[in-house]
Amino acid sequence: MHTIDHAELADVFNKDEARVDWHDETLWWIRQKRDKAVNQLPEWELLRETASKIKENVLSNLAGYLEEFEGNAQKNGIIVHWAADAKEHNQIVLNLLKGKGINKMVKSKSMLTEECHLNEHLEHNGIEVIDSDLGERIVQLAKEPPSHIVLPCIHKKKEEIGDLFHEYLGTPAGNADPQFLTETARQHLREVFLTRRAALTGVNFAVAETGEFVVCTNEGNADMGAHLSEIHIASMGMEKLIPKRENLGVFLRLLTRSATGQPITTYSSHFSKPRSGTEIHVIIVDNGRSQQLGRPDFRNSLKCIRCGSCMNTCPVYRRSGGHSYHNAIAGPIGAILAPNLDMEKYADLPFASTLCGSCSNVCPVKIDIHQQLYKWRQVIVQKGYAATGKKAAMKMMSLTLASPTAYHLGGKAGRFVMKYAPIAVNNKLNPWYKQRDMPEPPKESFGEWYTKNRKA
Amino acid sequence: MNVGLFIPCYVDQFYPNAAIATLQLLEKLGVTVTYPKNQTCCGQPMANSGFEHLTGGCNELFIKNFSGFDYIVAPSGSCVLHIKEHLHSRQHEDEAADISSKIYELSAFLTDVLKVESLPSKFPFRVGVHQSCHGQRGLHLSQMSELVAAPFSKPGSLLQMVKGIEIVPLNRIDECCGFGGTFCVAEEAVSAKMGKDRIEDHLEHGAEYITGVDMSCLMHMEGLLNRRGSKVKVLHLAEILNAD
Amino acid sequence: MSTARERILNAVRANQPASTPLPEIIIPASEIDLSTKFTETLNNIGGKVIAVNNYADILNYLEEATATRLLNISSIPELQQLRTLDHIPRMPHSLQDTELAIIKAKFGVAENGAVWITEDLLDQRVLPFICQHLMVVLDASSIVANMHQAYEKIGMESYGYGAFIAGPSKTADIEQSLVLGAHGSRSMTIFLINA
Repeated sequence: MHTIDHAELADVFNKDEARVDWHDETLWWIRQKRDKAVNQLPEWELLRETASKIKENVLSNLAGYLEEFEGNAQKNGIIVHWAADAKEHNQIVLNLLKGKGINKMVKSKSMLTEECHLNEHLEHNGIEVIDSDLGERIVQLAKEPPSHIVLPCIHKKKEEIGDLFHEYLGTPAGNADPQFLTETARQHLREVFLTRRAALTGVNFAVAETGEFVVCTNEGNADMGAHLSEIHIASMGMEKLIPKRENLGVFLRLLTRSATGQPITTYSSHFSKPRSGTEIHVIIVDNGRSQQLGRPDFRNSLKCIRCGSCMNTCPVYRRSGGHSYHNAIAGPIGAILAPNLDMEKYADLPFASTLCGSCSNVCPVKIDIHQQLYKWRQVIVQKGYAATGKKAAMKMMSLTLASPTAYHLGGKAGRFVMKYAPIAVNNKLNPWYKQRDMPEPPKESFGEWYTKNRKA
Repeated sequence: MNVGLFIPCYVDQFYPNAAIATLQLLEKLGVTVTYPKNQTCCGQPMANSGFEHLTGGCNELFIKNFSGFDYIVAPSGSCVLHIKEHLHSRQHEDEAADISSKIYELSAFLTDVLKVESLPSKFPFRVGVHQSCHGQRGLHLSQMSELVAAPFSKPGSLLQMVKGIEIVPLNRIDECCGFGGTFCVAEEAVSAKMGKDRIEDHLEHGAEYITGVDMSCLMHMEGLLNRRGSKVKVLHLAEILNAD
Repeated sequence: MSTARERILNAVRANQPASTPLPEIIIPASEIDLSTKFTETLNNIGGKVIAVNNYADILNYLEEATATRLLNISSIPELQQLRTLDHIPRMPHSLQDTELAIIKAKFGVAENGAVWITEDLLDQRVLPFICQHLMVVLDASSIVANMHQAYEKIGMESYGYGAFIAGPSKTADIEQSLVLGAHGSRSMTIFLINA
């Protein structure tokens, strides 16, 4: 069976070079906005370090904090549910809606529900879901998954969005003005907010000591949904916990500066108690997180606050697009989270990197992303998910490199580098040669020169 | 001071001039240099492909070749980083740790150990400096654009000592070139595009030469430059520092 | 069979590493003029600041600007004469035609231009989102430098709902072109009272 592969999808993405340039420049611009914002804070590195340490404390006391949060949330009148996996999560949401006879729901951005494929499940069961974040609504209309966790339709050109709006929302053909399209979406979704009895949001942070949770948006869609509905369902990955309310100060300073270069999102909403006559339900979701917690080399990936800065800075992501990662979460962070869920299906992702390390440097919670990419490569190979041909070549390489005699054997053409270096074979089948010339082979190697010129 | 010279395999085979320049430069600065002739490779090509478990024999050989030197110097940030992070041995772990602590990338050895303050070199050309990621982000040879921290550059400070040189500015001062070891063939499309974008930045700013601490990145960019028939050349940092 | 809760908590307990301490937050604030910084920051994120001396100034300003607008003034006794609603609405939906809402904020944050509001300041939680335009009354003396000081000020205060609001609703989802007025208010104006 042939599985989807990042390199192949990236190859397709690169057929249109002008579009790759546009995608790269757009995301690089956001990286630059991030740089400008963080350089205004001399305490930036201290903030990152503090945040990383807070999350370390959370992960090392997670069970206790989960219980503390649950108890305090319940005291506040919030109903808490637990879901071991995506299936349980989706079933809980469906049951809540069915219990109230609701068949239409409005949703604000939640990467967790993308991870769980909630929309498909609900639609399969006769529930209509409308995504209210503009970018998410656009990809929903296009029947595509988001390509970026913060900028869901960053891969789409405004003309394509104009076409979608023309088809589904009745805007005039050919109008691709962002101002006009946004206004159209505002009118369309306002009607949705006013008529939906159920709203689902994600959770950016949940505070153990108070039982409240915080949702951050720029558009105000989470609030419009939640404050106009009779039931607010908040889906929360269990690593979203933080111990104390004062910790929010650290994370809210880091999150949006890292994500978009704004000093804070327009709205940082703290939900503590339901409005009278309404309900708030929090679903705490595991879905592989407890397993990742048990992997010492990879548990720090659970520190992630989903800012997306690793995607914006990643030179590979910028030139391959989010969909090439064939996973709900793309980019470097997706590549270290996904193999935990399905090592075979996502065996390619840790290799979709040059290990340049820029991701680890922008990460606001200091996840050692590129180190984890390296470590996942080792695990994936050890578990047998590497191609057979590669295994044989590596075995030969290791024998040759362990033996100076074998390494130097056979004259120029038979020597090690000539055999194994990707650059050495000058033919059409060699991917190196497709766009790059091979280096001019010198008259003599350094070793040969040294023997002649530095004889003791 | 007795220094062991570690020349990465592809430099030995394809870019002997970079190795010769490294040797001559160190000798010029009064260092006694020995080149252990049984050396092969650091093992990085296997390890970065997920086969670190097969690098045992390679590691033992490295330890055998390079134990006992005051320092080990190599004209490569990437290979040095690999040794620092991944050289281990069941039987000789102490020696492995000793080597890891004594191995230096060339520019760091010049600035941090030899504390070089002037060089007799001359290179009257416009030069673009490529920051190779493993040297920069792995070995901290230069400040990284992602961090809020004071700028510095070890290769940069050495290039400033070269007479006549003009360092060209770049739009993206430390973006990866896309070589990435086996990435360069496994992810050919992205790798080549990254490389094209990098050289474009240098060309736009009028570079006549592109230099850096890693021949592997330069080899990748050279392949792209030559394919398009560009006159711009790549040179290892050592070749510029040794030029007269 | 055990519940999902037990299974999850058991798995977490089995897999969580040895406890590490929760760090203290010791992050120095820069010395800045708070009102100036707040105004600058809010301007940068699409908001507007009008400096006033007292509520009379606000009333004067509003007299012309808002003559024909549907107004909702939440919990500001000094401005109740402008209020067009004679009751507190039971359903949040009934606020859908609110052209302008004026609310009081508890304090502002200089580093990001945000104001802190809690639901006791609002007729309905949805008010600052559903209105077309939002005006906020803020005492200049209440501005703090950064978010650490903000949470110090909030302390363990109890609220059903609270929010930091920083500027008008916005989106840049279409090719990164910034558009104000996504789903929430199209504008945000702060009356900064320098008492």
